[in-house]
Amino acid sequence: MDLILVNLIDGLVTGLLLFMLSAGLTLIFSMMGVLNFAHASFYMLGAYFAYQISIYLGFWMGLLIAPLLVGIVGAAVERYGLRRVHQYGHVPELIFTFGLALLIEELVKFIWGNDQIPYQIPEILEGAAFSISSYDIPAYKVFMIFLSLGIFAGLLFVMTRTRVGMIIQAALSYPRTVEALGHNVPLVFMGVFGVGTALAGVAGVIAGPVLSTFPGMAFVLGSIVFVTIVIGGLGSLGGALVAALIIGWMTTFAKAYNIRMEDILTGVGFTKPEPIWDSAWADLWTLTSPQIADILPYLLMILILVFRPYGLFGKRDV
Amino acid sequence: MQSLEKTQTRSDGGVSMKSAMPWIFSAVMLVLMPFIFQSNSAITIMNQMAITIVFALSYNMLLGQGGMLSFGHAVYMGVGGFVCVHVMNWEIFGSIPLPLLPLLGGVFGMILASMVGYFSTRKAGTVFAMISLGVGELIAACSVIIVVFFGGEEGVSGDRTYGMPFFGVEFLSQIEVYYLTAGWLLISALLMYLFSRTPIGRMANAVRDNPERAEFLGYSSRWVRYNSFVAAGFFAGIAGGLFAINYEILTEENLNLTTSGSILLVTFLGGVGVFFGPVVGAIVFTLLQTVLSLETEIWSLYVGALFVATVMFFPSGLAGVMQLHIAPIKLGTWRLLVMPYIITLVPAIICILGLSGLIELLFHARHTAIGETEMTLFWVTFQHTEILPWVVFAVKAVVGFWLARKNAPQMMDAWHRANKPDGADT
Repeated sequence: MDLILVNLIDGLVTGLLLFMLSAGLTLIFSMMGVLNFAHASFYMLGAYFAYQISIYLGFWMGLLIAPLLVGIVGAAVERYGLRRVHQYGHVPELIFTFGLALLIEELVKFIWGNDQIPYQIPEILEGAAFSISSYDIPAYKVFMIFLSLGIFAGLLFVMTRTRVGMIIQAALSYPRTVEALGHNVPLVFMGVFGVGTALAGVAGVIAGPVLSTFPGMAFVLGSIVFVTIVIGGLGSLGGALVAALIIGWMTTFAKAYNIRMEDILTGVGFTKPEPIWDSAWADLWTLTSPQIADILPYLLMILILVFRPYGLFGKRDV
Repeated sequence: MQSLEKTQTRSDGGVSMKSAMPWIFSAVMLVLMPFIFQSNSAITIMNQMAITIVFALSYNMLLGQGGMLSFGHAVYMGVGGFVCVHVMNWEIFGSIPLPLLPLLGGVFGMILASMVGYFSTRKAGTVFAMISLGVGELIAACSVIIVVFFGGEEGVSGDRTYGMPFFGVEFLSQIEVYYLTAGWLLISALLMYLFSRTPIGRMANAVRDNPERAEFLGYSSRWVRYNSFVAAGFFAGIAGGLFAINYEILTEENLNLTTSGSILLVTFLGGVGVFFGPVVGAIVFTLLQTVLSLETEIWSLYVGALFVATVMFFPSGLAGVMQLHIAPIKLGTWRLLVMPYIITLVPAIICILGLSGLIELLFHARHTAIGETEMTLFWVTFQHTEILPWVVFAVKAVVGFWLARKNAPQMMDAWHRANKPDGADT
């Protein structure tokens, strides 16, 4: 029972982190119709910027400044790159962001080198916040949960309660009408892109110390973020949250509980061939759930796309 | 979807001397290449190039001709290759002539594609891209789980020389493998070209440009896409078979997103709108890769920058840029272009060399072992702590940029004039 609670918290951390990335991505998609392949690269930039700043000014200034810098870089990419490619259509846009992801990774390697950098959590958040029976819950995880929830609440407030949010929501569904009403839609696009990438930057700043900061970190998370928003339904913030939590819990539980195929097959009534390593079915018999934890999201996405192309909460086709 | 450059199409049927010429020329070139470049490393590079060409052409059947952006095309090549390597390890291999092996890879690539395509080709665009990404990651991740087939971390290796001798040839040396690969390259390129000329290939273009109208003509855009997809899977499998013969080992690397992404890069760099675009892309990319990676550690940074620049400024790729020059050549106005090109592009190249010099200096200054300050760049050896090289490269970059910028309007002007029949002013 205690273990379940611990895993629930772990899954929640992963899920909220994924959500912070996918929230920006899904907003950008619903607005501009472009899936930003480089989104996770901005997450990586967040971590690296924060590391560089934290050397001089400490972790907290990094948390404050790095997302802003990432947002500025993101807005510049939209203004000078994406807007230019936009005229060629959606597929070249996707290819552009893919190229951008490659380029950012190479740039990061160029500046900070190939190895992992020593980006640490601040001293004040080291140690355990509380413990459930014998399991310690690190203070940093609690901090991550509250920060992500705070950002989600802020985003929800801006999107539903403020004038800017209204314009964004309107521009999501009827960009041309909003433009006809005199709003500067390209500026709104640039702003949303900047804010979306800044959110990814925040995720990078807080995830960098725990998930380790290295040039491949964007690649590791990149496709999972896609999977999240496709499962949740493109353009749906709530869907992104649900999908992120599902993926977070699914992978955490699959890793925590070693469910072995051997037990399932024996339970169903098959007999284990001996010796196992000579059998053609060896891989099936030795399969365990931690092994397949990382591919479960992809499996789920393919099933969703085949049976419900709108995603869980999406209103429009991908 | 319409935005991808339209394939050059001519409707005259039959085989004329004019349409056969490029193929005859390519065949002669393929035969002669080993006599021109005789070194072993050159032949290795050419083998690699030929395999990449087949793979890129197969990829362009999806992206260029069918309007389907795939992020998981490496899977079909990989699976074809894995099957071939497994066959190499079987007893039966002794009675199969090696040159037929790629065909088997093709068949298995096709079988996999026909299964995946069943659900992935319902939509083009983003859905297709996402499903291809998902399937690609899934199969790549399976490679460490299904050890029986994919060999886990170390992959599967075989030995091509156990095959039945083919007219006495046992494929012990690189040059024999080269001719095998070149033969398959020619056959598959020709088949892919012919495929693009069949009604089904033409319909693929129509569906790419406007699926709705194609549906009104009575075609199911889904099945048109499905056919292209399966055919592309077949040729990717052939490329995989060739890979297996050439390298005799396949690993997880042949399946993952990096490989799928790099073939997108190759194809787009070459140009998706023209049939021979991927060929250009594969040749240029392989050369860049081998030459640059010998010269500099950060070659992939340059390749990445080149790719992004291509997407932003030349979305029709290298072949598209070449094709733009057909009109001035036919009009005989190309002479107008020579001088403006020289005075603009030479400074531009100087600017790029200056920039890359600065980048190399910076990289060396940051990442080399402490105390080691000596470096060699453009055949000159100097210390990165000296001020002179920095100044030289900075001046090169700034002056080159300034000159190129100054002369660019002249080039544009000449370009517009060259595209008018009489070469007159505006």
